[in-house]
Amino acid sequence: MNRQRVRAIVFWSTVVLSLLLMLLPLPQALIAFKPYWPALILLYWALESSDVVGLGVAFAIGLGADVVNGFLLGEQALRLTVLVFIVLRFRARLRFFPMWQQALAVLALLINDRIIELILRSFAGYPLPPVSFAIAPLIGALIWPFVFLLLDDVRARLRAHEA
Amino acid sequence: MTLTRDGGSLFSANMAGTLRLIVYLALASVLMVLDHRGHWMGKVRYGAAIVIEPIYHLAGLPASGFRAARVAFADRKKLTEENKQLRVDLLLANARLNHMAAVSRQNKRLKKLLDTRRQLGMNVQLARVIDIDLGAFSHRLTLDIGAHQGVKIGQVVIDSHGIMGQVIQALPNTCTVMLITDPDHAIPVTDTRTGMRTVAYGSHEAGQLSLPTIPVSADVKVGDTLVSSGLGGRFPPGFPVATVTHVEPQLSGMFLTARAEPSADMQRADEVLLLRDLAPPVGPPAPVSEEGPPADLAPQTDVKATASSRSTR
Repeated sequence: MNRQRVRAIVFWSTVVLSLLLMLLPLPQALIAFKPYWPALILLYWALESSDVVGLGVAFAIGLGADVVNGFLLGEQALRLTVLVFIVLRFRARLRFFPMWQQALAVLALLINDRIIELILRSFAGYPLPPVSFAIAPLIGALIWPFVFLLLDDVRARLRAHEA
Repeated sequence: MTLTRDGGSLFSANMAGTLRLIVYLALASVLMVLDHRGHWMGKVRYGAAIVIEPIYHLAGLPASGFRAARVAFADRKKLTEENKQLRVDLLLANARLNHMAAVSRQNKRLKKLLDTRRQLGMNVQLARVIDIDLGAFSHRLTLDIGAHQGVKIGQVVIDSHGIMGQVIQALPNTCTVMLITDPDHAIPVTDTRTGMRTVAYGSHEAGQLSLPTIPVSADVKVGDTLVSSGLGGRFPPGFPVATVTHVEPQLSGMFLTARAEPSADMQRADEVLLLRDLAPPVGPPAPVSEEGPPADLAPQTDVKATASSRSTR
C-alpha cells in the first residue's frame, strides 16, 4: 500500500469517527458541551496536510453530516466550507503559532461557525437556541491541543511504521 | 505544492480560491432553499437509510455499552433495592391502570355522545343522570342540570341511540325528564319503511311503547324503525324512537296494535344530551324588525316637519 492510500484511509476514518462522535448520544445535561467534531477534524487536516482537504472535500463532508444530522440539507456543508476556506487562507500563519495561540484561533473559528449557524437558523425560521449554544466552541478550543497532539501522534506512528 | 499556492501567482491563486468558495456557498444556499421549500432532507435520509442506520447504531453503541456495563457491575444490594422500588412502582402503576381503564370506558361513552352531537350539527348540552324512577306509573329521570344552566321545559333529551324523552320540570339545579315510555307520554312517529304516521304512547309494560291506533290496512311489520315525525312541534323530526317488536289486530278488529322497543338505552344511560334548540314554534312567524338606516341618521329638520305636520293634522 502506498503512502497516499494510507493517508487517505486515515483521513476518512477520522472523518467518519468525527461524524460518529457528533451523533454520540449524551445525557441531556452534557449535550451543550459537545464540541463540533467534524470542524475540529477538518481543521487539523486543513492545517497539517492541505493537499487532502480542499473546499470540495469540506463541502462533501458537510453534506454527509447534514444527511446524518442536520436541520437543513447544505447547512453544515456551507459552514465547513467557510471554515476550511479561512483556515487555508491563513494556514501559513496558523501552523507556526504556539499551541495556546492556535487554540485561541480555533476558538475564533468555532465561534464564527456558530454565528453562521445562528444566521442560517434564523433565515430558516427556527427558534433561537439557548445561551448554552455558546459553550460548545469553548470546549472545542479547550480540547483542540489534545486533538492536535493525538492526530499528530497517529500520523507520526504511521510514518515510523512505513519507514 | 503549498509553495505554488502561497507564493508565485499569489493574487490569481487567492482569486481562484475565493471563486470556488463562492461557488460552494451558492451551491449550499441553493440546496438549503430547496430543502426548506421541498423538504428534501427526509427523502434523502430515507433513500440513504441503508448507510445511515448503521451509522446511528454505531454512534449509539457506547451509550448502550455503558448501560450494559452499569447493569453488569452494579452491586447486588443496589439491584435488590432497585427491584423493590420497581415492585412498588408496578403496584402503583397497575392501580392507576385499572383506574384508567374505567376512565377510558367512560371516555368511549362520552365520545359516542359527542359524535352524535357532531353528526347532528346541533347545539346540545351534556347532562348526567342522577336519579331514575322507572315505576309502574311513571318513567322519569332526574338530571344534574337545571334552569340555572339554561334548561327549559320542553327540551328534548336524547342519547347516542335515539330520543329518550322531554324535560317536564326545570328546578334551579336539576330537572325532571319524562321518558317516552312513561304511560302519560305520547310521541308522533313515522315508519321509515312506509312513511306511515302514527303516535307512540308509553305503556305500563316496562320499557315498551305501544301503538294502539294503526289502521288495519296499514303496512307495519316487526322490525320497522320508527322515527320522530316532527308533527306537533315538540320533537325534531328524524330521530330514531323505537323498533316495532310485535304487531296484532285489536280485539275490536278496527285497528292494529303494535308494541315497540325504544331505540334509546333507557336502562343504561349515564350521560344524556339535551337539545338546546327547541322545535320551531307553531303559528305565524314573529314580526320582522324594521330594516334601513338607523333613525338617528335621518335629517333632524325632516323629522320635525313631519311631526309638526302630523300634529297639525
